[in-house]
Amino acid sequence: MNALTVTTEQRPPTVAEPAAPGLATLVRVELRKSWDTRAGRWLLVTIGLVLLAVVALLLVAGDEGDRRFAVYLAATQLPIGVLLPVLGVLLVTSEWSQRTALTTFALVPRRSRVLMAKLLASTVLAVLGMIAAAAVSAIGTALTPALGDAAADWSLTAAQVGQVLLVEVVFLLGGVAFGMLFLSSPLAIVLYLALPTAFNLLVSTVGALHWVRDWLDLSTTTMPMFFGELDGRGWLQLATSTALWVVLPIVIGWLRIERAEIS
Amino acid sequence: MLLDAGAQHSGRTGREVLSLTALVLGVPEERVDELLGTVGLAGRPAGTRVGQYSLGMRQRLGLAAALLGDPQVLVLDEPANGLDPDGIFWMRGLLRGFADRGGTVLLSSHLLREVEAVADQLVVIAGGRIVAQGGQRELLAGRGTLVRGPDRSALQRALATAGIAVRPGTGDGLVADAPVDAVGRAVAAAGAVVTELRPGGGEGLEELFRSLTSTGTAEVAA
Repeated sequence: MNALTVTTEQRPPTVAEPAAPGLATLVRVELRKSWDTRAGRWLLVTIGLVLLAVVALLLVAGDEGDRRFAVYLAATQLPIGVLLPVLGVLLVTSEWSQRTALTTFALVPRRSRVLMAKLLASTVLAVLGMIAAAAVSAIGTALTPALGDAAADWSLTAAQVGQVLLVEVVFLLGGVAFGMLFLSSPLAIVLYLALPTAFNLLVSTVGALHWVRDWLDLSTTTMPMFFGELDGRGWLQLATSTALWVVLPIVIGWLRIERAEIS
Repeated sequence: MLLDAGAQHSGRTGREVLSLTALVLGVPEERVDELLGTVGLAGRPAGTRVGQYSLGMRQRLGLAAALLGDPQVLVLDEPANGLDPDGIFWMRGLLRGFADRGGTVLLSSHLLREVEAVADQLVVIAGGRIVAQGGQRELLAGRGTLVRGPDRSALQRALATAGIAVRPGTGDGLVADAPVDAVGRAVAAAGAVVTELRPGGGEGLEELFRSLTSTGTAEVAA
C-alpha cells in the first residue's frame, strides 16, 4: 500500500507532449544569453565606447578627406570585427566553462538545433553591430560640419554596406567557430585573436608564402570589403580563407559537440 | 525534469536563469515569479548573481527550474545536498506535496536516512545492478520478529518447540522467522520471560543497504 501508485493510476495515462521550442525561440534565447551575463554586458558596453572613440578620433584628428560617412563606417568595423566575435566565442564556451550546457542540452536534447540557433543568433548580433556602427557613424557625419569647414558627406555605395555586413557576419561566425572548436573561453579567445595575427605575420614576411596570404589569410582577403571594393578574384579568395578559418572549425567543432560527453 | 545545482552560469541572476528556461519551455514570465516564491528565493536573492549563491540556494534555484514546466515527473540528483536542516525539511514537504498532487518524484541520493524519510518506493543499485526494489515498508519490514529475554536458551527452546526458525540478532536478542503474534504465543505457551518483543527490521535502510551490497548474497535478497 502506498500513495504513489494509487495517485498515478488516477492520472490520465496520456498527456499531450509539450511542443519542442521553435528555432526562432531558440535564437531569441541565445541572443538573450549573449548579453545577460556580466561578461557579455561589459563587452557590449566596451564595444559601444570604442565605437564612439573611433569616430571621435577621426572627427577631431582625421584628415579632411576622411571625415566622410563611408570612412567612419569602415573605421568602426575594426572594433566590431575584433570585439564582437569574442561575444560569439563566449556564446559557445560559457556553456562549457559554466556547465550550463548540461541544462541547455537537457531542455533541448537535439544539440544541432542549439548550435544552429547559436550561429543564427551571432548572425543577428553581426547585423546589430553593423547597425550600431552605422548609427555612430551617422552621428559623426552629422557633427562633421560643426567641427570644421568640411560639409557632411553621406555618400555610400550599396556594395560597401553589403560587404561590410558580410565581413562582420564572417568574423562573428569565426568567433563562434573557434568557441565550438576549443570549448574553453580563455583558449578560444586567445587563439581567435592570436592565431590569425600570427598567421598573417608569417605569410606576409616570408615572400614564398605570399600566395598563401592572398588566398588563406582572412584579414588580407577581407581588407577590400570595408570599402566595398571586392572584385571577382577577391570573392574567390574570400571563399577559400573563410573555408579555412570559419567553415572548417565549425564542422570540426560541430562533430565534437555532437559527440561530447557533458559533465 | 532535471536538477543539477552546480550547472548554472555564475554571471546570471537567479531570475534570469529561470527566465531563460521559461523562454525555452514557452512558459509565461509570471511562472518565474511564482516559482521564485515557491522555493523561497523571491525578493533580493532573485536579483543576485548565481555566483554568490550558496549551494543550498542553487539547489532551490535548480528545483524551481525543474518545476517551471509543471512536470509530472521530477528527476532529482541529490536534492538535499548543501541544504541546511530547515531547507531539508522544506524540501521534504515540497516533494511530498508534489507527490500527493499526483506527481512522481524520482530522486537519487546516498544520504540513506534522507531517502528513508521521503521515499515510498525504493530501488537499491549496487555495482550497476538493481539489488533490491519495492515499497519502503515491504523492503524494510518483513524481516522476522525480534525477541529478547533474560533466559536466552529458554526462549530458543520455546521457539524450537513451536517450529519457528531462529537466528541470533543484535546483542543478546533473537530474530524469529515468524509474525509477532505467533512468536508471542509460542513463548507464552512455554512460560518463558520476555523483555522485548517487536517486529524486526527497525535497523532501517542503511542496514539493508549494507547487507545487500557488502556480501555476495545480494541476488538472493533481491
